[in-house]
Amino acid sequence: MPDRPHAIIIGAGFTGCATAHDLALRGFDVSVVERGEIASGTSGRTHGLLHSGGRYCVTDPEAGVECIEENIILRKIAKQCIEFNGGLFIALDESDLAYGEAFVEGAQACHIPIEQIKPAEALRLEPNLNPRLLTAFSVPDGAFDPLRLALAFAATARKNGARFFTYQDVTGLALDGKGNVSGVEVWDRAADQRRTLHGDMVVNATGAWAEKIAVMARVNVPVKPTPGVMVAYDRRLVQRVINRLCEPADGDIVLPQRRMVVVGTTSFEVSDVDYIPVVSEQVRMMYERAIQLVPAVAQAKMRGAYMSARPLIGTSIEGRSLSRTFRCYDHLEQGVEGLVTITGGKATTCRAMAEKTADLVCEKLGIQAACTTKEVVLDSYRNYYIP
Amino acid sequence: MKNKPVPEKWTVTFIVSRQKGQGKRHFEQFNLEVDPEEYVLDGIERIWAFHDRSLTFRHACHHSTCGACGMLVNGVEKLTCITPIRSVTKDSGTLRVEPLRNFPVVSDLAVDMASFYLNLEKAQFSQVAPIQNASLPFEDQSMEGDLERLVDCIECGMCVSACPAAHTSSGYLGPGALAAFQHSLNQKNDPRLYDLVDCHDGPWRCHNAFECSAVCPSNVDPAWRIMNLRRKIVSHRLRRLFKRREAAKP
Repeated sequence: MPDRPHAIIIGAGFTGCATAHDLALRGFDVSVVERGEIASGTSGRTHGLLHSGGRYCVTDPEAGVECIEENIILRKIAKQCIEFNGGLFIALDESDLAYGEAFVEGAQACHIPIEQIKPAEALRLEPNLNPRLLTAFSVPDGAFDPLRLALAFAATARKNGARFFTYQDVTGLALDGKGNVSGVEVWDRAADQRRTLHGDMVVNATGAWAEKIAVMARVNVPVKPTPGVMVAYDRRLVQRVINRLCEPADGDIVLPQRRMVVVGTTSFEVSDVDYIPVVSEQVRMMYERAIQLVPAVAQAKMRGAYMSARPLIGTSIEGRSLSRTFRCYDHLEQGVEGLVTITGGKATTCRAMAEKTADLVCEKLGIQAACTTKEVVLDSYRNYYIP
Repeated sequence: MKNKPVPEKWTVTFIVSRQKGQGKRHFEQFNLEVDPEEYVLDGIERIWAFHDRSLTFRHACHHSTCGACGMLVNGVEKLTCITPIRSVTKDSGTLRVEPLRNFPVVSDLAVDMASFYLNLEKAQFSQVAPIQNASLPFEDQSMEGDLERLVDCIECGMCVSACPAAHTSSGYLGPGALAAFQHSLNQKNDPRLYDLVDCHDGPWRCHNAFECSAVCPSNVDPAWRIMNLRRKIVSHRLRRLFKRREAAKP
């Protein structure tokens, strides 16, 4: 159908795949250009935590509300790659207990269902918890497989006609002579060929790399790449996500993942996100924090350590205090038509990010089409590979 | 690793398999300064970031849950994100990296996993299972309650790469998918699965080499599962036979 509007999405992480899915459902002709494979950047390297919002309900309620809403939706549409055993917030000292009061209020304000649990009951549920815990709250956290969540969105998008071009680097944006964006210049790294792809709208869904694409159109995005380290240990010591009952801090989450537990994370800033080395001091810090929550981590063997760069919406404040919410930018405000950028957010909120982006794309092109992604159960992630 | 001293520095020569489009396959060398505790995938990512942006390879989670980064390292299948460089070479040594065997090469180190993934899909194998059913049946399964978890198989394809029988027939389901059928039958015992799997290209093509279990990074033990699948099939055939005789009795 040649009269369908053509949207080009740069980036096949969670946001790019979810946006492709959303726009394909709304009748768009969709092309996704990705320099690696699906989820090769930040998305693949997430902690894998399906947030209940409890982590943010005190310090960042906007993100807290987004998380619980999307948590409920993803459990419905992406059940295939989410293990949902819930989570616990545990207090280990007096200051944690004091934070508990703000936590209860914040959770209520964000409509996150929590329940206080006595230490003995928490230890019955999770025998490997620190036995000195003072109190615990249960929350609806979950754990997901990052690659398969992105693939599930991509598989459903492909079923509805979206095309995915992997191993294709965007080397520049095609401009119409008036500074407006009309497509992307692509370097196919698998075949070593170059070409230009034209479209009605280009969506920059490159997360922590958003600024690199924006400057190609001489605009900018206030994204602050904020990496954190995660360390995997080779024993599944807990069945639920274990959070420290405190303000978001380094190494405050222990998450079960297959036969492992994954401890995370830290927060610091970098300028180049293409390669972020794993800092051994931070790995050691994760270990020390983890054994406070789950002492048996000391008997487990380290299986892997990795870094991932969050795409936080940056101003002048420090990374840890930046909101985890997301923003969608229409670059027409900076005088450039044909380009929108979506960045910030969490894996948990990728569907909502896609909805907002697709709304903006429709509005700009004068298309009336409602979002239906809240209801559409995603196809099997393996169907992404149907030729 | 937990009490890690000041990082050691090694110089390692990565010998990387390169191939673009219909071009001929060749090897290219990159000398890297590495910390021996780093993982092979870190080295490959650095080659891409600082030496050659045309290098293609598959990777996502970097902690052995997604299965994307399986490659041949010095001739052996390794999940490169959890393979420390120290375990596969030495200071001033070499490290030969190639794409997995028995898969079409997309480019360089990236292979096309489509047929493998679609065979797993035929098995209707669910990645999230009740916790009692997520591991091998002879393991401790004393977990109570209705907990669930992501199963062991990360669908990395290394079992197919290592399998000496994989090339004997283009239709062979291969160890990963056969293990998935066995697991799926444990999950739901759907008799239609037997019709799909009990064929020439099913578990009977396996040569009992057990290479799949040797390279599996994730406790799936595909070879044991294939042997168990044969047993399940034979007993299913016998049950069906006796049912037929029972029905034929006057």
